[in-house]
Amino acid sequence: MAIIRDMIPAFELFQPTSADDAIELLIRYGEDGWVLGGGMDSFDWWKERIKRPTAVVDLANVDALKGVRSTADGIEIGAMTTLTEVATHPELLANYSVLTDAAAHVATPQIRNRGTLAGNLAQDTRCWYYRGGWPCYRAGGNTCYASAPTAMNREHAILGTNRCVAVSPSDTAPALIALDAQFVIQGSRGERLVDAEDFFMPPSVDIERMTILKPGELLTAIRIPSTWSGATFYYEKVEDRKAWDFALMTVASAMRISGGVIQEVRMAANGAAPVPLRLEDSERVLRGQAPSDQLGIQAGEVAVRDAQPLRHNDYKIPLMRNLVRRAVRGTEA
Amino acid sequence: MALIGQDISPPDLHAKITGRARYAEDFRADGMVFAKLLASPMPHCRVTRIDASAALAMDGVIGILTADEVPQSETGEQCLTNHPHYEGEAILAVAAIDETTAADAIERIRVDFEPLPFVLNPLDSMRPGSPNARLEGNTRTGRELTTLKWTEEDFANAPEGSMPMPDGEGKANTEWMVGDIDAGFAAADLILDETIVHQSLTHHPLEPRSAMAYWQNGRLFIHTSTQSLVRTRQALAAQLELDIEDVVMIGDYCGGGFGSKISGSIIQQVPALMSRKLNRPVMLRITRAEENYLGRARPGMQARVRIGFRADGRITALDLFALGDGGPFAGGDQNGAANTASLTYRPLNMRFRGVGVFTNTPPKAAQRGPGGAQIIGMLEPLMDKAARELGVDRLALRRLNAPDGDVEYGPRGATLTSVFVKEAIDLGRELFGWEERLARSGQMNGTKRTGIGVGVSPFAAGSRGYDGLLVIRPDGKVQIQQGLGNLGTHSISDTARAAADVLGVEWDDVEVVFGDTSRHLPWSSVQAGSQTTHAHTRANHAAGLDAQQKLREIAARDLGGRPEDYDTSGGRVYRRTNPSQGMTLARAATRAIELGGRYSGEEFNEDLNDMTKASVTALAGQGLVAAARDNFGGQGGLQSWVVGFAEVELDVETGKVDVVHYTAVTDCGVVVHPRSLGGQIFGGSIQGMGIAMSQKWVFDPVWGVSFAKRFYTARPPGILDVPIDMQWAAVEIPDPQTPVGAKGIGEPCVGAGSAALTSAIADAMEGECLCRTPLTADVLLAELEGRAPAYGPLDLHV
Repeated sequence: MAIIRDMIPAFELFQPTSADDAIELLIRYGEDGWVLGGGMDSFDWWKERIKRPTAVVDLANVDALKGVRSTADGIEIGAMTTLTEVATHPELLANYSVLTDAAAHVATPQIRNRGTLAGNLAQDTRCWYYRGGWPCYRAGGNTCYASAPTAMNREHAILGTNRCVAVSPSDTAPALIALDAQFVIQGSRGERLVDAEDFFMPPSVDIERMTILKPGELLTAIRIPSTWSGATFYYEKVEDRKAWDFALMTVASAMRISGGVIQEVRMAANGAAPVPLRLEDSERVLRGQAPSDQLGIQAGEVAVRDAQPLRHNDYKIPLMRNLVRRAVRGTEA
Repeated sequence: MALIGQDISPPDLHAKITGRARYAEDFRADGMVFAKLLASPMPHCRVTRIDASAALAMDGVIGILTADEVPQSETGEQCLTNHPHYEGEAILAVAAIDETTAADAIERIRVDFEPLPFVLNPLDSMRPGSPNARLEGNTRTGRELTTLKWTEEDFANAPEGSMPMPDGEGKANTEWMVGDIDAGFAAADLILDETIVHQSLTHHPLEPRSAMAYWQNGRLFIHTSTQSLVRTRQALAAQLELDIEDVVMIGDYCGGGFGSKISGSIIQQVPALMSRKLNRPVMLRITRAEENYLGRARPGMQARVRIGFRADGRITALDLFALGDGGPFAGGDQNGAANTASLTYRPLNMRFRGVGVFTNTPPKAAQRGPGGAQIIGMLEPLMDKAARELGVDRLALRRLNAPDGDVEYGPRGATLTSVFVKEAIDLGRELFGWEERLARSGQMNGTKRTGIGVGVSPFAAGSRGYDGLLVIRPDGKVQIQQGLGNLGTHSISDTARAAADVLGVEWDDVEVVFGDTSRHLPWSSVQAGSQTTHAHTRANHAAGLDAQQKLREIAARDLGGRPEDYDTSGGRVYRRTNPSQGMTLARAATRAIELGGRYSGEEFNEDLNDMTKASVTALAGQGLVAAARDNFGGQGGLQSWVVGFAEVELDVETGKVDVVHYTAVTDCGVVVHPRSLGGQIFGGSIQGMGIAMSQKWVFDPVWGVSFAKRFYTARPPGILDVPIDMQWAAVEIPDPQTPVGAKGIGEPCVGAGSAALTSAIADAMEGECLCRTPLTADVLLAELEGRAPAYGPLDLHV
């Protein structure tokens, strides 16, 4: 049958006012249900008529999922908090600026006004073969078009690929990994907590999902421990335009430096792999060392050690290496 | 005080800013239905079977329009086709009570396709044994579709990474030489030999080409988005074989066209024909992705150029062989590119060979500075390369090669009315602070290296012979009729000033009538080729003079003396020697009605276009009717110039470019509307910056389908991508051959913006010219890091 795009098909819309009601609806509809946050990812899928939920659960009226709250040990951000609110929140700006930097680099002001933190984290990949409705592995098929020898894969992964070479498009994920954040997931059997870097689903485990969220589960909040409050942060996103673009590469880091030595460090990158990557090898190179450009180069080299470029994305190797180097250089005394 | 030269807000400004302006898709009519298109999913195929029975059986589905029911063309484009030549080409349309139903109906239609071989870039279709984008051939020679291939030997003879440049018969379908190319190279102290690749770019105006049509008593009423109102009406009437008087076209506003809606009439046929078939009003709203396919694109180019320079920088020889991407139906921009190169650099000897090659990519059309913008963006960094090697100032090299007003260029020695590019270069040198900024070239600021660039860009800027039409009404208002489209360039109001200035009336006493062909509009130029400022200040000046003459005659008749004793200004016609003796324009208009004949439009000049005559007849009796053809004449063509200067910073660790500053200086004659001119220069330059830095097409080479079909993937530049620090200036030397002295400006800015950046980026790359667009971070970083480029040197659409 013929294909037509750019016209959202009809669906049933639910607008619950509590997370519990939302979860109940999601369980009722299972695979046919869809969680609507800010809609910045969802609307594209619907317009393309490729993802066609029959029931949409709009979280816009669940007030409990909105806002930034101080906790005994840090700060908690509701899943439906807009990226604008994250980017401009005074306490986040004062103590966790790696996250506000990241949020401020998402897309455009208009999209940040609508888009939510959870949506930025849980959004689907932008691989244009997959988004174009090609029957690839991620779409339940049995090939990856983007890794073909002639394929257009400038935006795709150089690390951690497994059949699928698409990358996570989240700008905020590496910042939250650097901050050692925990994600609160609520389901019918209650709440569970996962570390930021464990929230994302590698294709080696489940190639059709971007996150560990199961049908009927909601990401309800992000908890940032005070561990890294006021640390030395670095965030950089390289994109083709200065607004309204997904990252070619991002690097985020948090460091504790004292006595001229990096005492502790967490570093993450996105745009490199199907999931946001914590750069543990680079962290090991840095930990206990005095920051220097030479050290940054070493940390960058280990970050890309296992990189395997596709036809069009070899540039991501020096790009990732250089961004790691810059994260270290930025901390030089 | 003359209106020409002042900042006056256009009359539609408030409507646009407040959202009251109604564009084509905002209209509704009783019983209106919505149409949706079924588009080809593959780049070249034949439709072998259509089964729409399930769709037509759906509730709310009203009808279908197929390719068999639309005007047929053997070699050209049809609005619907059973032989699509590109992904996204429309095959059929379905109408339903709403768009959701229409889209659902499209999904229930079964179409069987026979895939056909396809070609995505010109060079691939030049290889021996390669497929052609059209079954009839891969190029157009004269009116015939023919096949033109190079040989294995031609390809083998090309140096590694270079485009073949085969000599001999039958290697190109356009060829010309001025002077002796071999002698030119023999006289050269430096010869550059470069392969250049320029991407194709969708026009992507903000408003897609939606249209709504209905019929009443055999007349077609159609709401459209078009650059050129009366000419689009003419085009659509011809395509549908209608009497032009039977088409009423309404297009009060146009949300951008950039050349893609010069007429843009092909897809308008769909709602027109569907409406006639169903006897209901039909709205066809075009989506962004559809606009990417149907909405036209700038032709990309693969080319090889050899340029010989004398030690002082003078170009002794320029040998250009260009393959232009014609898309499925057109011929590419390479011929225009060659003419622009000939004009800009005045090579002492020049040869051009070109082939416009068909490809199975979205249709190509003129895009703001067609050909010129591409070639200037590609050649300017090579001027820098030569200047560096020869040790001459880069700007001085351009000035040395730049033309004066007596230039003869192109294959037939074309001449121009005026050229003041050297004045623009000199003013730009001063305003930009060339020496001071150049001293920063190559300096590092942290990881960022400064580059300084310049682009000298001409483009066509006028035409002659159109009609002006106005009515001085009994209420004293001067009603100026404009047949142009309301493209957003302010032409509809700004060119009307020429008539008002002749009469000496205040702008508050002028009303501009436009946007609806039932409102009795004059014959006009297309709003393209940057013609309107020139063509319609002339036409309106002519109408103003005609009105003034009639006012003088009426005054002399009533008040005595000879007509030439009278003058007009301040809303009056009065005796020069005794200004108290006169009458108001309101009184004169009443007298014109009473007198009739040529004063009130019952009679008119025979040299007017038939369409203008019909409009004069319709307006007759409403006041003093003035209608005149632009018979001012002139020798030579019109070209305006923009010289763009840029300072950039290239981050050598990421490949990202920041544009720090941009200065543009124009030679476009008299400045009609300063603020609007600044908008044109900045807007066009920004469009050029996008060409140089970010905007592109991406196709999968195996499947032949496009990926960069939405704004966020096609990446036109955003406001953050251009410098806050931008300035413009004009040399303001009147064109001597036109009464108002103004030339057009829309187009040369694009090449200036693009070339200023390709030049500045090459400078920041320590003189390394990558000779391709766009220069995105990945391309630059690979080069900076000494890594193998990810693209073949001749690859397009990457």
